[in-house]
Amino acid sequence: MSRVLLTGLSTYWGGRLAQALEAFEDVETIIGVDSEEPRVELERAEYVKVSNQHGLLSRIVRAAQIDTVIDTRLTVNSFTAGPREAHENNVIGTMNILAACSEQDSPVRQFIFKSSAHFYGSEQDDPAFFHEGMLRPHPPRTPLERDIIEAETAVAELAEQRPEVEVTILRCANVLGPDVDTAFTRMFDLPAVPMVLGFDPRIQFVHEDDIVHALEHCVFHGTPGAFNVAADGVLALSEAASLLGKRTAPVLPPWGTGLVAGPLRSLGFKFPSEMLNLLRFGRGLDNRRFKATGFDYGHTSREAVAKLGQHLRLDPVMRGVEGGYTYEREVEEFLRWSPHVQRDRPGDKTGVEADSDLLGI
Amino acid sequence: MARARSPLADFADSKELVPAERRAELMSPIEPERTLNDWGRSERVEGFMDETLYEFFYRYWFRVEVEGIENVPSDGGALLVSNHAGALPPDAPMIAKAINEEHPRPRPLYLTVEHFFKGYPGFSMLVPKIGGVAAHPANVHRLLHDEKQLVLVFPEGRKGTEKLYKDRYRLRRFGRGGFVEAAMRAEAKLVPLCVVGAEEAMPAFAQVPFLQKLTGLIYFPITPTFPWLGPLGMMGYLPAKFKIRFLEPIDMAELGGKDAAQDKALVQTVAQEVRARIQENLHDMLGKRKSVWFG
Repeated sequence: MSRVLLTGLSTYWGGRLAQALEAFEDVETIIGVDSEEPRVELERAEYVKVSNQHGLLSRIVRAAQIDTVIDTRLTVNSFTAGPREAHENNVIGTMNILAACSEQDSPVRQFIFKSSAHFYGSEQDDPAFFHEGMLRPHPPRTPLERDIIEAETAVAELAEQRPEVEVTILRCANVLGPDVDTAFTRMFDLPAVPMVLGFDPRIQFVHEDDIVHALEHCVFHGTPGAFNVAADGVLALSEAASLLGKRTAPVLPPWGTGLVAGPLRSLGFKFPSEMLNLLRFGRGLDNRRFKATGFDYGHTSREAVAKLGQHLRLDPVMRGVEGGYTYEREVEEFLRWSPHVQRDRPGDKTGVEADSDLLGI
Repeated sequence: MARARSPLADFADSKELVPAERRAELMSPIEPERTLNDWGRSERVEGFMDETLYEFFYRYWFRVEVEGIENVPSDGGALLVSNHAGALPPDAPMIAKAINEEHPRPRPLYLTVEHFFKGYPGFSMLVPKIGGVAAHPANVHRLLHDEKQLVLVFPEGRKGTEKLYKDRYRLRRFGRGGFVEAAMRAEAKLVPLCVVGAEEAMPAFAQVPFLQKLTGLIYFPITPTFPWLGPLGMMGYLPAKFKIRFLEPIDMAELGGKDAAQDKALVQTVAQEVRARIQENLHDMLGKRKSVWFG
């Protein structure tokens, strides 16, 4: 039985994960905290509006006897938030959440942190496959990368201070999928895939569903340590473009890339600064450590790109067919607490079983 | 950033991330739909290069002769160690082609290259597609230990390619013995080999540091065709006769394998030994050679 606290319920990952965990009987309680309202429909997960105040968080943790905290709210994309906002969320926010579960008598026994492969950066003298024991060969180049390292350092400190807490860090590769909004999904939506002239980087992807399954996997299987979450197969960017059925456009010059990226950004090509080096040198991850814990990926990198391609072709036809969801406090409270509502028993499978079922094994 | 003793480094302690015996089984499976592998090596590009350039150079231009091909193991990881000289030397593709043509069980050969090639436009696109892999210890280990591939190294590295014509066949220092350490850690076989002819195919008469800085290239040599014919001059090889001799392999597992890699003295001794054997055989081959062009 686990009692789970999710951070960032209004973000894509928070919402997805809350929905996914609702299906498991083993997850007794799901509490989502965020300063904004959830954007997806939830059955039994409870939403508590709270901003980054560790005092309040700590009270929620104690009151609900939370044993598992899943933190997925890290900003890994510099166009979704300005540098100041990203720093506030990634460094200050993480510190607050860690503070809320690092008190000596805290009930928390498991802390799962979703991080990013931007942790490793992308440089000329990188190894072809980063494994979890490697640190980046050079200091970070962008504020976002600096923040990610700072956040991970704070999480690692929690592991050191409180050995009874099982700390898991998931360093996720570039995520692709129909619903998630990342630098790569935006780039692949352009009429042609922009490249740096004379470079064809090796890039590894992972499907959005696999990230959700990976987080679930960590809840049910004790997996302390850092793990790379990246699908099998490293693709060349040109290969990804041909899977999407798009042409490549070497619009970025090999010298003075940063200078040209600026004007291109104002034309609507979004190149986050942490992507510029990735488009030049690429990055491969060694995903074997996570596979060794018994996790199976539903998609390879190639399949993730191919699926995104299908979605992008269908998108103009399908767009706007399904209505959106808005959180209405009164309605949600009625559905959850009114004695007149007929409720099904939440999930009738046990944790591991349901987990492998969702993976399609 | 994160120094050796930071909590981050402790947290991500690299020891036994994946148990050694499970590393091969957990490798990404090969997807038949793809023409590139995870290193970025492309069947298509390589096939094209092979049919056009390599075939011509191997058969008609350099008329490559091979000795001791049986010393290249037909399975398991093996590290091939060769001498190296001349501007943009053609030796690596010729060695790869020799294994493809002469060996009873042809295997692909991965070539370790300087990190420079990943950072220079054009090269960065081409080099991985034809089997080039950056000479990072982790890359060599993965290829030898986990993938059981053939890997070619030039321990002279950049000091070899910068060598001028007057210094041909004089082996430079063999780095710090990193190649021996890599082979030991992977418990692979080490196959020394000698190439005669490559050091005359594109002789460099001088190095121009000023132009090297200006172009950002790894070095800027003056050869019979470069820079006079521009980038095309990089392919201007003289038709020297090539001879490749593979020497008897050294089994690193017998030398003590993984544990021996910690022994700096042993690593240096083996590196010296390999260098001496290559130099000795080079002298032997040069002594028997009557003509640079006809062998």
